[in-house]
Amino acid sequence: MTADAELPAVASHRLRLRWLVVALALLALAMTLGLLFGAKSLPPGDVLRSLFGSSGHTTEPLDAVIVRSIRLPRVLLAGVVGGVLALAGAAYQGVFANPLADPYLLGAASGAEVGATLAIAYAPAAWSVNAVPVFAFFGAIAAVTAAVVLGRSVRAGRSTTVLILAGVAIAAFLTALETYVQQQHQAAIRLIYSFILGRLGTAGWSGLKLVLPYACLSAIVILLHRRHLDVLSLGDDEAASLGLHVARVRLILVAAATLATAAAVAIAGTIAFVGIIVPHTIRLLTGASYRTILPLSIIVGAAFLILADLIARMVIAPAELPIGVITALIGAPFFVVLLRRSRAVAQ
Amino acid sequence: MSGNDLELVNVHVSYGERRVLHGISARVGSGEWLALLGPNGSGKTTALRVVCGLVDFEGDVRVGTTSIRTMHKRVLARSVALLPQHPTAPTGMRVSTYVLLGRTPHLSYFAQETDKDHAVAERVLERLGIGALADRDVSSLSGGERQLAVLARALAQEPSVLVLDEPTSALDIGHQQDVMEVIDDLRRRDGIAVISAMHDLTVASQFAANIVMLSGGRVVASGQVASVLTEDRIKEHYGATVRVMKDVSAGVVVIPIRSNGHNAP
Repeated sequence: MTADAELPAVASHRLRLRWLVVALALLALAMTLGLLFGAKSLPPGDVLRSLFGSSGHTTEPLDAVIVRSIRLPRVLLAGVVGGVLALAGAAYQGVFANPLADPYLLGAASGAEVGATLAIAYAPAAWSVNAVPVFAFFGAIAAVTAAVVLGRSVRAGRSTTVLILAGVAIAAFLTALETYVQQQHQAAIRLIYSFILGRLGTAGWSGLKLVLPYACLSAIVILLHRRHLDVLSLGDDEAASLGLHVARVRLILVAAATLATAAAVAIAGTIAFVGIIVPHTIRLLTGASYRTILPLSIIVGAAFLILADLIARMVIAPAELPIGVITALIGAPFFVVLLRRSRAVAQ
Repeated sequence: MSGNDLELVNVHVSYGERRVLHGISARVGSGEWLALLGPNGSGKTTALRVVCGLVDFEGDVRVGTTSIRTMHKRVLARSVALLPQHPTAPTGMRVSTYVLLGRTPHLSYFAQETDKDHAVAERVLERLGIGALADRDVSSLSGGERQLAVLARALAQEPSVLVLDEPTSALDIGHQQDVMEVIDDLRRRDGIAVISAMHDLTVASQFAANIVMLSGGRVVASGQVASVLTEDRIKEHYGATVRVMKDVSAGVVVIPIRSNGHNAP
């Protein structure tokens, strides 16, 4: 009996550990593949020597440059972006008690796009590189705020459909605004377009340096609230009756998730569905506790986007597909399945 | 006055322009059970939400000698636990995790649960006889099991006051009795003060020593069961035709009867 009584905590811990190992293995595999394959085929040994060898006399200098300055930062960048997008998605879903909430659907991504477009179009060229993420952030915050306010103003309150529809409406409005600004600034259009399609391949180490502080800050804030997200999943009243400051926690988490989204969009453009596919797959496999979902979302999100990026640059090599195309090709069918499931549950 | 007593003193609540509670006063001592009765919309749920600190109010609510106005939310949640009418059961969440959420008020903001918190959760599950459910998905439980899981979560708060909003309205008669007996046992053995909103007048009379009847946001009667539950009063406030009987073993029994005297053949 005493052995039985100890089981639940121990068993859940062991389960969590097992999934953690699986996720890390997946990430290691994704990173290895991401480093081994590319437009120029390099022998695995050379790749390894480029990474770990000293100045490497045996390796072609150009190959070492490809691995160290192109592939490695690209893999790391895709990992960071995928990790925070999945994490932000999980946080949005918890905060809004809404399985369909996602950085893209709530308008955060289009808000970030508009912010970045405005920065590229209007800010002085001298500080536009650093201004882009900042503008993207405020654009994202404005869009999410608008979606939530609009969703709440409807009598039906916080139902799944209302919030998502509000996000879609905001996103459509912002896209129109964005197109208008683009047409006004034909000269900047190429820059804006390359921004929207993402610069995973070209941003390099400087891109990583730009996105990393925001990504780390928001990831730390969200991870510190993993227990609170579990409490929030009980609904506002029950969470408050357990002593939680619901409004405050919600505000902190939305700000952090939006910051993460903005940072990701600023460097990688619009990448839809990562924030939905990854947390939901984890939820289906491991159960509904955010203590498991959040850390695993980062790892699996990173692995997923590294692989998606790999596919994007391999399919029509040496040309590349925008990575958003790959995630949407996988994500859209997944989303439909999810929608059908949630309808089935609601009925 | 013991530390467990709960007292509402002249509580007023308004939702915007609409005043829903007009000066409610009530008292539950340690180890006592008070039932809030009254028709739909009489203010029962609002009164319970006041006690849990979920609504702004005028007047005062005290736990022991402390006004809940002066209490931090987390401190209040260590004294007062709520069993809502329609508890949320997150899909996929394990019962053990669910019960552990009851430890929230005992944890500082960034803390995670310690071994002690796990031990409390496990003890509560064993005590309610649902230890075997610990690994189940809380949303897959039957109505009776789920209510026990919610009760376990509330007990993990280690409260001195238990607030029940129609705790058994979704249960069949057998599970209703089971859950009510479990709560009654907690009241007697742990000295927990219980305040509950209830629809079933007979069940209320069997478990609650004292009754406060609300109607239109006002207290229209309070006191012991037999003095509050009269045929005239139930007619006046519920608009129901009933017969109130005293049964040797069942206590006060309220039987609805058809006002035109007809019954199905």
